[in-house]
Amino acid sequence: MTESPASTAGRGVRGQSPTLRAWRRLRKNHFAVVGAALVALVALACFTLPALLGLDPLTTHPAARHLPPSAAHLFGTDSLGRDYFARVLAGGQTSLLVGLVATVTCVVVGVLYGAIAGYYGGRVDEVMMRLVDFLYGIPYMFLVILIMLLFSESARGDPVPVFVALGLVQWLTMARVVRGQVLSLREREFVLAARLLGAGDLRVIVRHLVPNVLAVVMVYATLTVPTVIILESFLSFLGLGLKLSWGQLVSEAVAVVNPLTFYWWLLLFPSGLLALTLLSLNYLGDGLRDAVDPKSR
Amino acid sequence: MTRRGSLLGLALALGALVGLGVAVGVLSALAILAGFALLAGTAWLSPRAVRVSGALSAAALGFVVARVGAGPGVGLLVALVLFFVAWRTASPAVLRRVTFLLPSLVLLAFVTTLLMYHAPGNPFARERAATPQIEAALRAHFGVPQSAGEFFGIYMRRLIVDGSLGPSIKVQGRTVESLLAPALPISVTLGLLALCLATSVGLLLGIRAGLKPRSFSDYASMGISLIGLSLPSFVIGAALSIVFALKLGWLPVAGWGSYRQLVMPAITLALPYMAYVARLARGGTIEVMQQDFIRTARAKGVPETAIVLRHALKGAILPVVSYLGPAAAGIMTGSFVVETLFSVPGMGQWFVKGAINRDYSLVLGTALVYASLVTVFNLLVDLAYAWLDPRVRSER
Repeated sequence: MTESPASTAGRGVRGQSPTLRAWRRLRKNHFAVVGAALVALVALACFTLPALLGLDPLTTHPAARHLPPSAAHLFGTDSLGRDYFARVLAGGQTSLLVGLVATVTCVVVGVLYGAIAGYYGGRVDEVMMRLVDFLYGIPYMFLVILIMLLFSESARGDPVPVFVALGLVQWLTMARVVRGQVLSLREREFVLAARLLGAGDLRVIVRHLVPNVLAVVMVYATLTVPTVIILESFLSFLGLGLKLSWGQLVSEAVAVVNPLTFYWWLLLFPSGLLALTLLSLNYLGDGLRDAVDPKSR
Repeated sequence: MTRRGSLLGLALALGALVGLGVAVGVLSALAILAGFALLAGTAWLSPRAVRVSGALSAAALGFVVARVGAGPGVGLLVALVLFFVAWRTASPAVLRRVTFLLPSLVLLAFVTTLLMYHAPGNPFARERAATPQIEAALRAHFGVPQSAGEFFGIYMRRLIVDGSLGPSIKVQGRTVESLLAPALPISVTLGLLALCLATSVGLLLGIRAGLKPRSFSDYASMGISLIGLSLPSFVIGAALSIVFALKLGWLPVAGWGSYRQLVMPAITLALPYMAYVARLARGGTIEVMQQDFIRTARAKGVPETAIVLRHALKGAILPVVSYLGPAAAGIMTGSFVVETLFSVPGMGQWFVKGAINRDYSLVLGTALVYASLVTVFNLLVDLAYAWLDPRVRSER
């Protein structure tokens, strides 16, 4: 992508914004493009197919238990005779939603926290980062489990506690990254210019600094989604997670693995889709990182 | 900017106080803030003060651990030895970190207590409600009063004076340390084994990929490592046990006790971290191989193997070492899942059981043991990093 200055000047090309260049680099990365397409496809399927096809993940058919995949039941049926295709799609909805909402929580908290710490610097920064250090030292699964316990038994399986708990343990890295970026950005001329024009601290942070770190934030957010989805599946495995998610379906399937009969479709479809989604998100995140910051390869 | 900064800091502290006060009560909120102020304050201690506080902190930590593990005499001995070792040999930077350890563990214990007390239900809630007198007697017996602050006081006193983590409320007639004592070595063995496996194999894969970027072997190993990152470990574990235990019959399905039973849990636990280490090592290798000194070394005829061993290895190791801390914390988390999957009698089961049964002392004890392990390990990692990379060695 390096063009010599002479050739660009000769053609009188308009200047390329960093965003445009990053976008070009991203489009040339086949893995990232395919990843983005696959994520979009899976999300589209999970959110539209159940309504379009009138699938029902909850009705049980005691006569049709443990049917292998067929034309009637695309992914087979589970131990209560429920259509597994419908369940996997519904589980996908929750898993994707958890990933998205927890990531948004993490982005909002992390970006604000990191931007404030980095912008004010000095003692404020020192104190705020000590808190992050402290929280980093705790194995985060403790916090998640303890926060989950704050919600009553009846609320278990409800998505909100899981969103809160997972979002609250994931913002630390984001805060560190943003703080580091802001720490160097605040010395730049445009911040000085904004301040000279009378912009207050809040305005400088929100209108001038945050937009400049958004690229990096987006990269880390893309990489946070898979982490959160995996964490939720851990919670499901320990019996603390959501009612119907990929993690919960997979852990149910793992629980019934035995040497005599092996219902492969129960394990294969949810874990396959889970892996496909996370793999795509990871490739997309990597691609974004390479595109935004080619040096960090 | 600094004056407005400190104003903002004050406003934030006040806001935190009000918020916490509403959530957990004014006294607890004040205690949390005071604890945190102590934590943050360690940044401004003078080198002389840090020497005292660091040595004291190390001695106190050593005392409690040895007191619980071996008895008061050993505890005092360990405390004295640690105090003098820290006083005489450690650098101010290290002592600052050590000073940070003690208040952060106490704060962690306090916050854990508050969270547990605010969770609905309590360890004495039964299906058939006990009379108030019986519940009061039980609470007195187990040292679990109605208020979280009192519980914390009793717990800390018992920890320091009696050297005990307290009786488990739900596991009849057992103390928490007698439950954790057999589980701790199991979890530590499994965790360390997984960590070694992850770093060694990850480094090998990563350096190999980084030496020839964009080659087939690079894409292959990075693809495999991304798959390792994209599957929850219990799926990998289940797949391993289907193939190697159920189909081939090479390894036992679950349990603990023989070396063969160690293989699958360790691999399952290590795989995601192995993948991440490989990616870090690849990045580090690629970066270091573009440096001028590599070209110089090649130009003066240093054999390629020596270049890799002397220079590339160092570039690959640095980012991996700084990842070891988070990896250790993550492996702990993963061990909850892996221990459940392979029925390994480690500490993770006690935390999960304790949390679900509201067994306060069991949860707090497990949390403290895990957190001490992770924080001490993080300290060692930082020391190793400073030793490897002189640029971070100097005290600010």
